[in-house]
Parts: sequence; structure tokens; C-alpha cells
Amino acid sequence: MFRNQYDGDVSVWSPQGRLHQVEYAMEAVKQGTATVGLKGRDAVVLVALGKSSELSVAMRKIIPIDEHLGIAIAGITADARVLSRFLHSSCLGYRYNYNNVYPVERLMTNLGNKMQCTTQRYDRRPYGVGLLVAGYDQKGPNLYQVMPSAVNYNCKAQSIGSRSQGARTYLERNLESFLECSNDELICHGILAIKNSQPIDKLSGEQEKAAASSNITVAIVGKDQPFKMLSEEQVEQYTKMTNDMGAAAQPQPPINPDDDDDDEDGRPPGALIEPEDGGAAEPQVGFALMEH
Amino acid sequence: MSSLGFEQFPDYQVPGVSHADFSPYESNGGSIVAIAGEDFVVIAADTRLSSGYNIHTRTQSKLFPLSNKTVLASTGCWCDTLSLTGLMKVRMQSYEHTHLKTMTTDAVAQMLSITMYNRRFFPYYVSNILAGIDKDGKGVVFSYDPIGHCERATYRAGGTAGSLLQPVLDNQIGYKNMNLNGEEPPVLTKERAVAVASDTFISAAERDIYTGDSVLINIITADGIETKELQLRQD
Repeated sequence: MFRNQYDGDVSVWSPQGRLHQVEYAMEAVKQGTATVGLKGRDAVVLVALGKSSELSVAMRKIIPIDEHLGIAIAGITADARVLSRFLHSSCLGYRYNYNNVYPVERLMTNLGNKMQCTTQRYDRRPYGVGLLVAGYDQKGPNLYQVMPSAVNYNCKAQSIGSRSQGARTYLERNLESFLECSNDELICHGILAIKNSQPIDKLSGEQEKAAASSNITVAIVGKDQPFKMLSEEQVEQYTKMTNDMGAAAQPQPPINPDDDDDDEDGRPPGALIEPEDGGAAEPQVGFALMEH
Repeated sequence: MSSLGFEQFPDYQVPGVSHADFSPYESNGGSIVAIAGEDFVVIAADTRLSSGYNIHTRTQSKLFPLSNKTVLASTGCWCDTLSLTGLMKVRMQSYEHTHLKTMTTDAVAQMLSITMYNRRFFPYYVSNILAGIDKDGKGVVFSYDPIGHCERATYRAGGTAGSLLQPVLDNQIGYKNMNLNGEEPPVLTKERAVAVASDTFISAAERDIYTGDSVLINIITADGIETKELQLRQD
């Protein structure tokens, strides 16, 4: 992306009918590490990759909001904190007033409205964070993708963050099987999807090694299952289970210019991405269908 | 009694006009007792809700677990009880989301005191007793007056039969002003605390018309909350 004369303010349209500031905000999501969300028949699973080093503790990627809802974040953590506080106080207020859980679809609508304000005022900026929202309510399992453009998608499975294309490919390939999966299998699929987003360690050729250096957090919510983050031991158990599930992990293909990840200089400089849906620079892969 | 000040002015008898006095408070009765031990605490409350000489229900618990180591027993005006405990639950959840840990019993005690004092000029008409395990693992009891004055104690009775129950506890748990012949009173066991709490309620039901039907007893330890129920006189 290069600077042009219509990208100074969020309240300025480009002649092509795009809001460049909003598109730039979407790029912030790609700065965060990969997160994956997938939906089964009775449960939703969130898996997030955190980069931990010797010097620092890994960032909190998954935040529980209420008993029936939790989010995984990618992007500017400070913005994520503000949104999580909004979601939490909304859910708490709803519980206090109606003695019931906040229906996820409505909460997403209200969040979208709140985020849209920031894309239409000259004195504000869009929230630079993408969320994967996993919730279970009367309508069943819900997975929503929330982006800085204030567009919310109801997804069957999705992955956001840097190098998420590999995970998306894995999810797309296995999408049909999710409805028949048990909760355990769903978690394993999530872990495998995250592993697929990791580049192959060129020297050893093993993806496992690359994945071990970063830590994986997993959370699940569903029918008779309040939102719960798994402990480290449990995550290790499931990771072992994925090894037994067989070589479902495919090696990551070399980065090519058609990929939407831009952190490996795969794209020639100066190229503009022409989005098909207008306003959003990140192309939505076909399977992330909107349900009515 | 009207609080609107009409009593200061001469009452002009206007035919056809009747002036109704409205009191925002009503006593729905009930009694509560809490006894703290070394590493446990027993809290009990009867299950009768009444209004004057009528009984609303015989099976309403007045015990509100706020966490797995803190229980609030609340009696008095039932609508104020529901409102206050609802508010406490919400504020505790907010705390958990921000601080990623459960509130300690001492923190809950302080917050309850502040919450009640915020309504200093239109008080919650409730008699509260908070019981729980503090951060050192010891059993602790806090008692409150309607405007939030908080006092830490080993045992406490409250509610309509509070003045009937408290002296029994003073004698059986506190060994107050008794001639023990220089011996140390025995350490309080869980079984004795439950037995004394049960007996005090049986006595209270004899003489207090607002207490009866049954008693729910919560025994709080580091392992969680155990519940017992005991039937009382139903008259």
C-alpha cells in the first residue's frame, strides 16, 4: 500500500469509493499473531498463537467475557481491552436487567454500531483490532469475525492475524466434518489449523518445531460448557492427540503474490489489492458464509 | 406514618377525599445466624417470608452465595434484599473480569459496607450477615446495620429473632460471663457449630412468629459450601 491523497482522514472518500483509513486499520489486524475459530454442532473453539520469548510473557490472546461468550484478539491489544470492557459491561448489564445471557447476534450488532462511529467521524479512528467472538446462546453456537471496518461476519470457521492463510486453507478443507465432530475433535482441528499457519522450519522440515517455540492457547464454549480456557496441561494433551490424528497437517506452500499476507515481501511494491466487496482490503474466503 | 409532612398542617376534612399513607418499607421477617470456627464458618437462615400475619412462602432461601467461599445472609425487606444482593453479584463479577481473581471475603465485606452507606438517606432495610473464609483460611463473620456499619465477629444473630438468638450464642459459643473454673473453653468444632445453630433456630421458632418452616444451613470450608436443611415448626 502506498500513500495517496485520499487517505489522510477517515472521513475522506477516494474516487474509487473506498475509505483508505479503514483499510489501513485492517492491516493492523495482520500485525497480530494468528488466531483460529471454528464451530461445531454444539460448541465453538478458539485457538490462538502467542509468541513467547525468554524475556517476556506471552500476550493474552483469548479473553473470557461472560459465561457464554469469549473473544480471541489480533491487533492492537489496547484497543482490544477497550472492546472487551464494552462487551463485558454489556453482558453484565443484560444479566442484571433480564437475568439471562446476552444473545450473541444482538451483542454483535451493538458492537458493530459502536465501531462504526469511529469510521465516520473525523476526530476518531477505527479500532485497530480484529476479534473472533465465540458464543453459545439459544440459537446455538455462534462464531463472529469482527474487523476494524465494523463489518461483522457470522462464520462457520475463520482465522485472522498474521500468516492466517494457511489456517484458513486447513479449515476450508475440513469444513464439512466439523458438524459431526465431538468437542475433543474440534479442539484438535483448531490446533492443527494453527499449526498449518506456521512456516516450515527450513532446516528440519518439521512444523512441530516451529510451533513449539510459540505457545498455543485454547478455549471452548458450548452446550453445557461455559466458556473455559484450557490449562497448559490440557493443551499439551490435545496437541499430542493431534499427532495421533495423523498427518492431516499439510506443508505450507511458498508465499506467493496472491496471498493476502504481506509480511514476507510476497507482493511487488506498489501493488494495490482490488477488493471484490468494496471497503475491505481483506478478501473473504468463500466458506466464511453469512448465515441469513 | 406519612413522611410527606402533612401532619404539621391542620387536616381540612374534605368530604370524599381519603389520604393514603405510603411506606416504602415492609418487614418480610426471618432470622439469620452465623458462627465462625478456626477453618470453617456456619451460616444459617430460616426459609419463611411473611407480611404481617400472612405467609408469602415457606421455602425461600435467604442465603446468597457470592463466591465459593463467601455467603451473604440477608433478611428484612425482601425487595431491598434482592436489589442489594443483585448489585453485589454484579460488582463482584466486574471485579473478577478486571482483576482476574475472585474477591476475598474481606474485600466483599468492605464493598458491602460502602454499597449500603451509599444509600444513607434512603437505606436498604436489611439485616446482613456475611460469612466466609478469609485469605488466611480462617472462618470469619461480618455483621451489618441497615446503613452499612460493619463489625467483624466470631458469631452473630440477626433478623426478627436476632435478640432471642444472640444471647444463646453468647452463652454457648462465647462462654460469656460463665464460671469455667479457670479451664479453657473447648475449640469449636464444625459439628458443635451446626448443632448450636440448629438449636437456636428451634428455640426461635417457638417464640418468634416470623421465624419457622425450615432452616437452611451452609457450612463453608476451603473445599466449598455444604448445605443442610432442618425442618422447624410451621405455625
